[in-house]
Amino acid sequence: MLLSGADILVKTLIEQGCDTVFGYPGGQILNVYDSLYTHQNEINHILTAHEQGATHAADGYARTTGKVGVVISTSGPGATNLVTGIATAYLDSIPLLAICGNVPTTQIGSDSFQEIDITGVTLPITKHNYFVGSVEQLADTVREALKLAKSGRPGPVLIDIPKDVQTAKCEYEPKPPVEKEEPYAAKQVRIEEAARHINEAKCPFIYFGGGLITANAQSEMITLAEKIDAPIGCSLMGLSGIPTDHPRFLGMQGMHGHYASSMAMHNADLIISLGVRFNDRVTGNRSKFATRAKIIHIDVDGSELNKTVNSVCGLRGDVKLTLQSLLPLVEKSDKPDWAGKVSKFRKEENKYLDNRDSLTPRKAILTLNKHLGENTAVATDVGQHQMWSAQNLNLKTPRRFVSSGGLGTMGFGLGAAIGAAYGTRERSVLVTGDGSFGMCLNELATAVSYNVPIVILILNNGVLGMVRQWQTLFFDKHYSNTVLNRKTDFVALARSFGADGEAVSTVEDLDKALENGFNNNGPYVIDCTIDKDEFVLPMLPPGGSMDDIIVKVGD
Amino acid sequence: MNKYTLAVLVKNQFGVLNRVTSMFRRRQFNINALTVSETETSEFSRITVVFGGEENYKQQLINQLYKLPDVYSIKEITSDNSVSCELLLIKMQNDPSTREDINTATKAFGAETVDYSKNSIMLRLSDTSARIDDFINLMREYEILEICRTGSVSLEKGSTTIRHTINL
Repeated sequence: MLLSGADILVKTLIEQGCDTVFGYPGGQILNVYDSLYTHQNEINHILTAHEQGATHAADGYARTTGKVGVVISTSGPGATNLVTGIATAYLDSIPLLAICGNVPTTQIGSDSFQEIDITGVTLPITKHNYFVGSVEQLADTVREALKLAKSGRPGPVLIDIPKDVQTAKCEYEPKPPVEKEEPYAAKQVRIEEAARHINEAKCPFIYFGGGLITANAQSEMITLAEKIDAPIGCSLMGLSGIPTDHPRFLGMQGMHGHYASSMAMHNADLIISLGVRFNDRVTGNRSKFATRAKIIHIDVDGSELNKTVNSVCGLRGDVKLTLQSLLPLVEKSDKPDWAGKVSKFRKEENKYLDNRDSLTPRKAILTLNKHLGENTAVATDVGQHQMWSAQNLNLKTPRRFVSSGGLGTMGFGLGAAIGAAYGTRERSVLVTGDGSFGMCLNELATAVSYNVPIVILILNNGVLGMVRQWQTLFFDKHYSNTVLNRKTDFVALARSFGADGEAVSTVEDLDKALENGFNNNGPYVIDCTIDKDEFVLPMLPPGGSMDDIIVKVGD
Repeated sequence: MNKYTLAVLVKNQFGVLNRVTSMFRRRQFNINALTVSETETSEFSRITVVFGGEENYKQQLINQLYKLPDVYSIKEITSDNSVSCELLLIKMQNDPSTREDINTATKAFGAETVDYSKNSIMLRLSDTSARIDDFINLMREYEILEICRTGSVSLEKGSTTIRHTINL
């Protein structure tokens, strides 16, 4: 079949099972949009308000489905607007395919109108990228890119397609959807070595991250934990990996991690880490990090082994397959002393819990929990509200916590929540702050246009709370540029976009508002006032260790 | 600090060198020398990279290289398993008082005189990087006008080739 490049691109996407794409048209991608028009019954294109929102939406779609999210933009500014979204996906290992138009090949390199070297720009934030120089390469490039995006450690891949490649014609032959590269277990000798360390351990701790969710290795991990009587903690990216209320689960690690989880990791003699990368927000001061513990590290990406912390045993391989080979070599043992210690940490944690009855941030999230379904995806932006969500959300199903962990992208949430609603095919929730929401609230227009059901909970404290918290603690309360005090009326704003909403300042009102939101058709904005001086606790000061943990802040 | 040499077989495609060097830059790998050349097939180019560091640093560099889809295989080159050499061109001030000494050194190192003018002598030496360092150090006794060296290239001894190396 002789087809234009634009048709080949769209046909190949359809052939590969992409049914939903996000994007924004423009001059150098017009032909592709013409083809999307022709094929609108086979592929659903969501027009966002801004390319950044489209990238975050594709990302949210990918996070909730495990499929490759697809975003399409024009050249130049359209392409550069993708950058923050691509980087967000890169840092969190999210499979994403970004497709950009570009000026015709004859004009490349001459600073044409809306020309940008987007493969150069995105080199450090993509797994790989392609400049398609001829239409004959196009279909296979798309297939290769999709395969690459989802294989091994997933990540974003970009394809830059000049205008004349979109218009040129060649033969198109449909091919079956590409499979991801066959996963493999770590080397047997390493697995045996790991088993020896595990069998010797008296206080083992299992620490997992986003890699566990990608590998879909939850049940293997839980079997291991039961067998060796170990508690489980996770990184921010690991949240939702196992149900929050699982009896072995202690919660998140790191700068604002759960006390019991952090204490257990600090006191463990062996940390079995699965699909994590020991980011600085987790380890704090690396020389003081878990000094008593040996580390076993299983990751599909070998470059993560010994990158930031030294492991006694590094296993490069698929987490699921590696655990499957490891499990038979692990001896079953109960560890009552260690379990006793861990339950003591839990009791201590309960002492530090914020149990005020007023509309505290924690109370707001706990109230939200009552309304969440098994399958509801909760997206967040970045800042205090993100940490309060991470600490207090009751998550039941993997891939239902959608948050920018590695890059920490404010403005990520709304686009991601839109993508998550498409991914889960049901209402999603966005927990955000007034600062973050202000960054990309233009996507309310998208949510209204497509009638995407999203409950948007703005924890509104009128300040950039996380930065302000640091200023309180480490900068002598010099509140430099963190006091917003904007006059934005978020409910009126929602209405002006064609959405609905309400403002609340008590727990009862919030509860009612959430009920209204969950019954509403389309996006619903809840402007929830909280105090500006609320802290995210506990907190490990940057570069600190567990000895420096702040659990309570005096008046 | 140890010195390591890696031979890296990469797809012979537009922009591959940029991908490799950009990765070195953004991850702050400090490279002493890097050469790129075509190989026995048009499908691949070969990069030889020399750098200093500890074992962990080397392993991290190898791991990061492997993550680039354009990298086909990597082989660590040591003096035991391979032959390495480098080419030097060096231009010296031609001065009657030092001419004889330069000539003697040239002979001793097996270098060749490839250009000669009233005021300059150009020498060529093909040898290991260490011998070239020695030769340059010796030449510093006299007046060096210009130096250009290629960086090391290496091939493994015997019939094994890098194309059959899969060292994951």
